[in-house]
Amino acid sequence: MRVNISKNKIEDPFVLKIQELSGQNLLACYQCGKCSAGCPAVSEMDILPNQIIRYAQLGFKNELLESRSIWICESCFMCNSRCPKGINIAEVIEALRQILLRKRKDHLEVEKMSGDEKEDVPPIALISSMRKFTS
Amino acid sequence: MKLSYYPGCTLKNHAKNFEDSTLCSLEHLGIEVEEIPRWNCCGTVFSLATDDLMHHLAPIRNLIRVKESGSDSVMTLCSMCFNTLKAANERMKSQPEDLDKINDFMYRENVKYEGDVKILHLLEILRDEIKFDNLAKKIVKPLNNLKIANYYGCLLVRPKEIGIDDMENPTIMEDLMSVLGADPIDFPYKTECCASYQTVDKPEIVADRAYSILSSATGLGAEMVAVSCPLCAFNLDQRQKRTLEKYPDFKTVPILYFSQLMAIALGCPEESLRFDLHYIDPMPLLKEKKLI
Ligand code: SF4
Ligand code: SF4
Repeated sequence: MRVNISKNKIEDPFVLKIQELSGQNLLACYQCGKCSAGCPAVSEMDILPNQIIRYAQLGFKNELLESRSIWICESCFMCNSRCPKGINIAEVIEALRQILLRKRKDHLEVEKMSGDEKEDVPPIALISSMRKFTS
Repeated sequence: MKLSYYPGCTLKNHAKNFEDSTLCSLEHLGIEVEEIPRWNCCGTVFSLATDDLMHHLAPIRNLIRVKESGSDSVMTLCSMCFNTLKAANERMKSQPEDLDKINDFMYRENVKYEGDVKILHLLEILRDEIKFDNLAKKIVKPLNNLKIANYYGCLLVRPKEIGIDDMENPTIMEDLMSVLGADPIDFPYKTECCASYQTVDKPEIVADRAYSILSSATGLGAEMVAVSCPLCAFNLDQRQKRTLEKYPDFKTVPILYFSQLMAIALGCPEESLRFDLHYIDPMPLLKEKKLI
């Protein structure tokens, strides 16, 4: 894959925003890959957790905000618990979701679910998915 | 001993089996349980964004209810409620300026919150307060010859500051099962996430995950899987329907709350087990083992 790295992207306010919302120092990551190795959801992801951190360092805004991975993450904290540099990757992914959700770009359309579909799942599932996927 | 109890939403419907079996077990252990008045949903997930204080109001309001009821600790059963309440409280303790802001919104409350309620999961209470030795003395029907894989999922053990046991290799459920007379089976997927809330709009991911987790357990000889969270229970039990549709070779397995197993061992009546709420019926196995 061909990628363009530029000073403009790295200095984009987007990078600062991620750091601010997640409370994480993205530059601490040295790309060991342990986060991705432990993640149970990688088979469904287009960008792996360690790549998310790398893209975030480099300000790859479109790639990140259009990725499937940010809606696949289950906030299970396995990545956080394995990172030797103490980076909370799940928080970085939450920040990416938040950037979209705060512009009302919802991922889940609860209003389109039928009554049966909603009744089928317990409140704990509905509430948590709405908390993660809607604004 | 008297315990203040926060049930959370799902314990009153889909997970009534978790609640009823717990209340019956604690009664058999001579422990008084008081449900906190006027509790509200905790939000189920802890807000991870640094500036999102608003979503901590719900969990903290419940902790105010605990204080109002005169207690300084609260028991939770659901792993997600446990995690959300405890994580919100930890944030209030470590960031006093956030606590001040939260208290600004609590203008209709009579009690000021100070981060001073202890959030405990039932498993911890059994281990550290009631103590497994005392539990052992009350067992009337040991779960002999029952091979159980114990599934922790994520939020009971992660993150480290919140978890009730070692986050890579927890053993609290296995220890409990040994006390109950069962044979706990170790399996590598015990802390692998069940795919959680993806069950709402991406149930196929959950079906795949249930396949890996449960096949690993049964492959190692487990006859049933014990859980401590209503979302894990839904994903691993009800979603077996989809798993079976997708993987015809899949071997179904009953999923029970650890509290149901404890209730059986303590001699609680069958009504408290509420097996009508299960997708995979545990009755045939329990009858075969002469436990029902
Ligand atoms: S585990 Fe930590 S240091 Fe290693 S790649 Fe992931 S975020 Fe970077
Ligand atoms: S929190 Fe998300 S990225 Fe991290 S291990 Fe879990 S599913 Fe993977």
